[in-house]
Formats: sequence, structure tokens, C-alpha cells
Amino acid sequence: MPTTAPHALADVTASDSTLRRFLHGLPGVDAVGLEARAASLGTRSIKTTAKAYAIDLAISMVDLTTLEGADTPGKVRALGAKAVRPDPTDRTTPATAAVCVYPDMVATAKEAVAGSSVKVASVATAFPAGRAALPVKLADVRDAVAAGADEIDMVIDRGAFLAGNYRKVYDEITAVKEACGAAARLKVIFETGELSTYDNIRRASWLGMLAGADFIKTSTGKVAVNATPANTLLMLEAVRDFRAQTGVQVGVKPAGGIRTSKDAIKFLVLVNETAGADWLDNHWFRFGASSLLNDLLMQRQKLATGRYSGPDYVTVD
Amino acid sequence: MNAVDRLSVLKTYKLYVGGKFPRSESGRVYEVTDPKGNWLANAPQSSRKDARDAVVAARKAFGGWAGATAYNRGQVLYRVAEMLEGRRDQFVREVADAEGLGKSKAGAVVDAAVDRWVWYAGWTDKIAQVVGGGNPVAGPFFNLSSPEPTGVVAVLAPQESSFLGLVSVLAPVIATGNTAVVVASEKSPLPALSLAEVLATSDVPGGVVNVLSGRTAEIAPPLAAHQDVNAIDLAGADEGLAKQLEIAAADNLKRVLRPQAVDNWTATPGTDRLTAFLETKTVWHPTGSLGASGSSY
Repeated sequence: MPTTAPHALADVTASDSTLRRFLHGLPGVDAVGLEARAASLGTRSIKTTAKAYAIDLAISMVDLTTLEGADTPGKVRALGAKAVRPDPTDRTTPATAAVCVYPDMVATAKEAVAGSSVKVASVATAFPAGRAALPVKLADVRDAVAAGADEIDMVIDRGAFLAGNYRKVYDEITAVKEACGAAARLKVIFETGELSTYDNIRRASWLGMLAGADFIKTSTGKVAVNATPANTLLMLEAVRDFRAQTGVQVGVKPAGGIRTSKDAIKFLVLVNETAGADWLDNHWFRFGASSLLNDLLMQRQKLATGRYSGPDYVTVD
Repeated sequence: MNAVDRLSVLKTYKLYVGGKFPRSESGRVYEVTDPKGNWLANAPQSSRKDARDAVVAARKAFGGWAGATAYNRGQVLYRVAEMLEGRRDQFVREVADAEGLGKSKAGAVVDAAVDRWVWYAGWTDKIAQVVGGGNPVAGPFFNLSSPEPTGVVAVLAPQESSFLGLVSVLAPVIATGNTAVVVASEKSPLPALSLAEVLATSDVPGGVVNVLSGRTAEIAPPLAAHQDVNAIDLAGADEGLAKQLEIAAADNLKRVLRPQAVDNWTATPGTDRLTAFLETKTVWHPTGSLGASGSSY
């Protein structure tokens, strides 16, 4: 197995006990302070040209997602077309970063976005529960990569994590990373809504980054609590500190529950104020969302024309 | 305790948006006076963002309200009349203050407003028979036309008749299943803001009626230009503003009702205001081929 952590923190992954000692040695999270900080950054007023810039940046960061049992090839193609050209009435609108689909839809999605900058991300590893044996998860990943996925969104084994079996989670992530090979970037989903404490989210972030994640992602969008400003802020602090210690930059992707432009802009403020401007790029920050894009487009139309737009002027899905 | 010793409890008038009573997003208020210039209260001075929020609320409520049975809408409108009747004294006082009327004249205005709700409540399940029907067509089709609500309607309430005028333009809009964003009379918004309290307690689902107060010339243009508003009633706009709003409304082909001269709001209104915000849906239903022997039924 290649060494996935060739840096200052290389020895903490040497054994189960060093890993545990390191993760439990991370400073505890001041929950009240964290939420207050996230809330206060959310009060920034972003207007006019700054708002126009933020909206375009946010559109370019969207991972346009459809993860339903009822997904059809037609729906995936429509989503691909929308990702390539979100607003056909205004060609200055940037394309989204990626479309995010289930592994069996990767080939269809790949075809739909061919010739554009839009990437195809696929969830894998028995998404969203992650309750399958490792060989099954790895087969899932290899399938998606073979079909042409540029990015793999894996879920961690929350059961093992909550039971304190960090080594198992670590080994799974490194195995998936290996299965991705050089072709695909790996996003690691923690499902923060199931980790119950901020301390756990901080530990999971470091665990994921130590194991070689290219992106750390809040949630699947399938549980009650998804991305919140507070848990995203916490993860942004983790990637900032990780780069400071190791020189390796890791991306962040909040997913689920971000529906309005206002929310998206709040997240961008968090990114700029916490991780820094280096992350204000769709290579390092993404929004996992579907309905958010429509609101961004309506706000964009409002800025361009001066009149409020309506849902009749954007696609339904 | 002696009545004179009591501190007076002044009412904070608020907007009515999505079934809730928020202050203006802008935090602004303006002074409302009676015709003689005596201060009555501070009313919220809505901004275009309040208008936008109101449209979102009205759109959200549209499906449920338009989908309710006409009979049910009639019951709800009648309930508004019932609630209004119970607060008659309050409204007589507010209308008298707002319009400078004597007590008996104001009482007549409020009674007429209550009757107007009853009148339109009766129309909800009858308008379809009047303006819809079966159409004879030269083919094997059963052809039906039925009226459908237009959608979200922005209503600029009449400036002078702040209560009866308001009810007379609002009730026909919602009777047929539209949802409304009402801009109250600029000079006398208080009866409209109090009517919101009646609507909130009479089974009218939140968002079906949204009431904004403030400068008509400030709130109306964004509503007229709004792409998600389907129609606008210009009753409360003066000549210059009406023209400007009509141009803005043309962009998404809004249905526009030009200001109508009304001398006497107490007169029986007829069905014109009901039909102004209706679309006609025609359905062609195949009946099978009609052979030489006649109907294939």
C-alpha cells in the first residue's frame, strides 16, 4: 500500500493506538463559541458587485445532485444539460462544477456533459448507509471509476467510527483511495448528523485527511441534519490546520439543506474568513445541492434585469 | 382603579405575510394621521423585499387555495364575515378615524363590508356555471370550458375607501382561488392591517392574503415587474403610476386591471371583478366516433 500520509503526521497513523491517541488528543470544540462564530459571520452584508461575484462563484461550485431511487437516464441527461448551461437565456452564466449521481448513472452523465468542464461525481461504497462489506464497497468504487467518474463520494462506516474503531475507518478510506487511483478525486462523507458531537466531527475530519481524502464532505443529504454553518466552519478549520501542518490542501463540500443564495453566500464568507481565499475555487470548495442552483439563477436574473424572477423561469429539476 | 390612571395600551400595527405578522424587513415605519392631521399610529413602511417575501408566501399558498373546493372557499369567506361582525365596534372606530366619518356612517361602511364578504362567499361555487359551460363543437368531442384562477394577484387597494374599497377589491380575487398581495391605502392603512387579524382567525390559510402598508409608489413597481406575479389590480394607483406599472407588467404579460372609477362602493358590484382574474380552461374529451346511426354512447 502506498504511504498516504508522507508528512509531519506520518507516524500518527502507524498503529491503532497512535491514531486513537492523536484523534483524542485534538482540542475539544467550544460548541457555543463555534456556533456564535458561524452565526456572526452569517450577518455580513454582501451586495451589488460583490453579490454578483459571489453568485457566479457559487454557481461554479455546485455539485448538481440527483440521488433518488427514481432517477432515470432521461433525468440524468437533463441534469447534465443543466449543469453545462444552467441558464440558457444568459450565456454568461458559468457552468456548475459537477453532476453527482449514483454509480450506475455515471456513463449516462458522462455522455451528457461530454466536451464541457463539468465533472461527473459518483457516490459509492453502499451510499448512503455504508453498511456493506469492504469488497462490495470497493467493487462499487471500481465500477464508478471504470464508467468514467472523475470524483468519488464515499461514506465512512459511522458504526465503526462511533464504536471507536478508527483504524477500520482509516483502512477503508485508504483502500477506497487506492481503488480511485489517479483518475478520480476522493470525497469522504462523514454524515455529520449521525456523529452527534462537534468533537467527533473534528476527529472524523482529521481521520479522513490523514487517510488521504481529497475532499471532506459533511453529509449525504439523506438524514435530518445536514450541512450547517457550524459544522462546515469546523471542517474548514480542520483543512486550514491540516495544510499548516502538512502542506497538503484538502477541499470541503457541505451538502444537503443549502437551498437559498443567501445561505450559499454565508458559506462563502465562512470559507474566506476561515480557510482563506485559496479555497474560493471549485477545485477546493463545493456545494452538494439540487434546488440551490435554481435560487442562484433567479437571484442572478434579478441582478441582471432589476426585476424579481420566478420559478417559471428556471427548470423544475 | 380609576380609568384615568390606566396607562393607554397602544397597538403596534404590523404587516401580514404568510400567515404571520412581521415588521417591515427595513425596520421603517411612517406616521398615520386622521384627515385632520391628528396622529393615529405608526404603520410599517414596507420595502421591495417585503413585497418579494409576500409574493413567495402567496405563491406557496396558491396550490392549496386554488385546489380547495369552491364550496370550501365559500365557507371560509363566510367565516371572514362572521369574524368581522364580531369585531364590528373596533372596525367602526378605525374606519371613522381613518376616513373622518361619523359613527353611523362608519357603521354603515363596516356593515357593507361584512355583506360584501357574504356576497362573494355565495359566488365562489356559482361563478363556474356563469362563465363556464359545455360548448357545442362539430366533432365527436365533449367540450367543456371552466374558469381557473389566474395565480398570484397584486392588489393595490383603493386610496380613499380604505376599508370597504379594500374588501371590494380583495374578496373577488380570493373568492375564485387566486392568492393576493395587497398594498393597503397609503394614507389610511390601519383598517387593512386590522383586517389581516380577522383573516388570520378565520380559516383563510396563511399566505392566501398578504397585506403590506407603505408608499404605494415604492412597493408597486417591484410587484408589477415581478416575474412570479400573474396579475395586478391597479385600483389604488393614480394616472401616472398606473401607466408606469402597466408598462412594467407587460414584461411577463401580466393580466392588468386598470383603475375603475367607483363613485359608490356600497353599490352591488356585479361579477366583473370576479372574472377579471380568471383564465378559461377548455377540455376536449373524445366521445368516440359518431356513426351514421347516431351517437356511439
